[in-house]
Amino acid sequence: MNSPSVQQGGQPAQEYLTFTLGREEYAIDILRVQEIRGYDQVTAIANSPAFIKGVINLRGAIVPIVDLRIKFNLADVTYDPFTVVIILNIGRRIVGVVVDSVSDVIALSGEEIKPPPEFGASFDTEYLLGLATVAERMLILVDIEKLMTSREMGLVEAAAA
Amino acid sequence: MNDGMNQFLQVFFEETEEHLASLELLLLGLDLQQPDPEELNGIFRAAHSIKGSAGMFGFDDLTAVTHELETLLDRIRSGQLALQAEMVDLFLQARDVLMRLLDAHRQQRPDPDVPVSSTVARLRELLDAAPATGEEASFGFFDDAPGTPQAATDDDFGFFDEAPGAPAQAADDGFGFFDDAPGTPAPTVSEAPKAVAPPASPSTSPSTKPSAGEGESSSIRVSVEKIDSLINLVGELVITQAMLGQLGGALDPSLHERIHQALAQLEHNTRDLQESVMSIRMLPISFIFSRFPRLVRDTSARLGKQVELLLQGEHTELDKGVIERLSDPLTHIVRNSIDHGIELPEVRLAAGKPASGTLRLGAFHQGGSIVVQISDDGRGLDRARILAKAREKNLAVHDGMSDAEVWQLIFMPGFSTAEVVTDLSGRGVGMDVVKRNIQAMGGRIEIDSAAGLGTRISIRLPLTLAILDGLIVAVANTHYVIPLTYIVESLQPKAADIRGLGGEEGAVIRVRGEYLPLLSLHDLLGEAAPPLPAEQSIVVILEADGRPFALQVDDLVGQQQVVIKSLEQNFRRIEGIAGATIMGDGSVALILDVDALPGLAQQQGAALHELP
Repeated sequence: MNSPSVQQGGQPAQEYLTFTLGREEYAIDILRVQEIRGYDQVTAIANSPAFIKGVINLRGAIVPIVDLRIKFNLADVTYDPFTVVIILNIGRRIVGVVVDSVSDVIALSGEEIKPPPEFGASFDTEYLLGLATVAERMLILVDIEKLMTSREMGLVEAAAA
Repeated sequence: MNDGMNQFLQVFFEETEEHLASLELLLLGLDLQQPDPEELNGIFRAAHSIKGSAGMFGFDDLTAVTHELETLLDRIRSGQLALQAEMVDLFLQARDVLMRLLDAHRQQRPDPDVPVSSTVARLRELLDAAPATGEEASFGFFDDAPGTPQAATDDDFGFFDEAPGAPAQAADDGFGFFDDAPGTPAPTVSEAPKAVAPPASPSTSPSTKPSAGEGESSSIRVSVEKIDSLINLVGELVITQAMLGQLGGALDPSLHERIHQALAQLEHNTRDLQESVMSIRMLPISFIFSRFPRLVRDTSARLGKQVELLLQGEHTELDKGVIERLSDPLTHIVRNSIDHGIELPEVRLAAGKPASGTLRLGAFHQGGSIVVQISDDGRGLDRARILAKAREKNLAVHDGMSDAEVWQLIFMPGFSTAEVVTDLSGRGVGMDVVKRNIQAMGGRIEIDSAAGLGTRISIRLPLTLAILDGLIVAVANTHYVIPLTYIVESLQPKAADIRGLGGEEGAVIRVRGEYLPLLSLHDLLGEAAPPLPAEQSIVVILEADGRPFALQVDDLVGQQQVVIKSLEQNFRRIEGIAGATIMGDGSVALILDVDALPGLAQQQGAALHELP
């Protein structure tokens, strides 16, 4: 895996896709991103948590859609023509996540990434790779693969997780 | 080993496996008194081909066994040695040894337990009974061959490529060649594999012979992944075509006549394309039937029973995926039939039946499905004993149960009425697994049995695992697909027919005098909207595990064939959902897992009652 945490120490910069959720800006490894598309009609899945919106047809593949805004308890969750879905390639699975907006692609080198503070239980540091500051913006680097395959997301079978 | 070599090895493994299969088939079909010279030739050529190509790849153990086999067979073929029953047995054992060696080579994990030297020694013993001839020459020749494996294997390919139009012709050439020169079977490298390549097709006896042999020479090998991706693509095309059709349907026909024509043409062509692509995955069921003559022979011999196997409808085609998953359940049922069904010869004679029992394996189309039947003329199922056994296990049974219900009991886990546990069957594991495997494919299994007359087990399977006939139902604006095989009927209920039970409103429904449990798809799937009053909705009567129940939905949308898509590929398994499909408008609809619905309802009921 191209986890940036193991590349600290002067390695060439790695590219990240940044997106916003509420007032925070997050960054994920661009190599995990397959495409970005608008929010389409989803087919709801019975008896599943609210943040799993359902499944869509992505050119013949059945792809689950997760709303990270609901997962992160953001108050303002609306679906309009500007709602963005990032289609991720994780392992051999395809998963879509709904975010507020996608900002840009930036390159970060190992030394620009600071280890995350040991903060409380609000966001599990297990899924954090670190923090970075770019033009006065704080970016939260997320290990999206770890997050999406985690037990609490319930996206994969417990045995496979 | 490099990729190119690997590719040839792969071909060698596949071909050798086919040779071994045809060798076995021919051996089993051999008439001991008057062996058909063509069949003997076929056996000889199968052994000879294996020896030739094994030599090229340096598999000395394979060469050693096939060499002895070949030498013996050549004697028999030329009439120097009389065929005996023990020889056939030994040949069959040698085939098994070869199969194990082949597997070991394929996995590149040598198996020291394979009795190579003892098999060779026993074959030699038989050989020593007859005078020797100058057979060693051909062996020496093949020892030289490993240096040029590629060229020789290529010739094999060339042969198959050339032959497709006239398999019989090519095979005849092979015969001619061998008939002329029995003493010198392999004059040159390039000709030897050519002449011996298609052993199965010509020399097969009509009774046990599948079309596999004929198909072989006019076919190409394609990986299953390629075909599956083709099927997927065509599935996409079908969906796109349906979308276009829907868009086109909105256009005024008088203004857009040509678009309508073109769309109609597209629909027609897409359907044809889909059908022919699906047919690529279809294989004749003889693919699995062909292994049963050996199984029946071995099993009955071990049990001291006489069993005649009759195969019917082995050309019936079904999906490769279904065929692969059918093989284990069928093997189990056949073993059971021989072990429990068919009696010992003296018992049969005492009962006024012929000493030899008959086991029929048949396959045929019925409606949109395939039916595979295994029937024997044995003693039949013992109703009293099954009931007694069920009581012993504290299962809910009573004497008034219909035969069909009683027979279903043998599919319960851990259920066995065998008096003696043998190494073949009677451990009580198996029939439940058989049933589960069949159900996992969307199939059903039924038993007919009459005491003293025999048992017939029918397995009803969908033609393919990729496409399903479904009824589309609507629940709170969401569409779901119910596989048609589960549906008994659908009806609009009257308020008077819906009754409560134990304080629960609308728990049962009366359908033609019978009360069926009534489940609501709204509740099962946790839909936010409350279900419509029962009399305004539709009730679909379903049957899972032989038990009927009613499912309340809002509306029926229509019936159509849907392409089954996996939900687990990118997501996980959802209880009550068997898979997903893509509808004409590009949206996703979920396919219900009807077998799981009653259980889901029970869980939910239990959870409700636990609440304070």
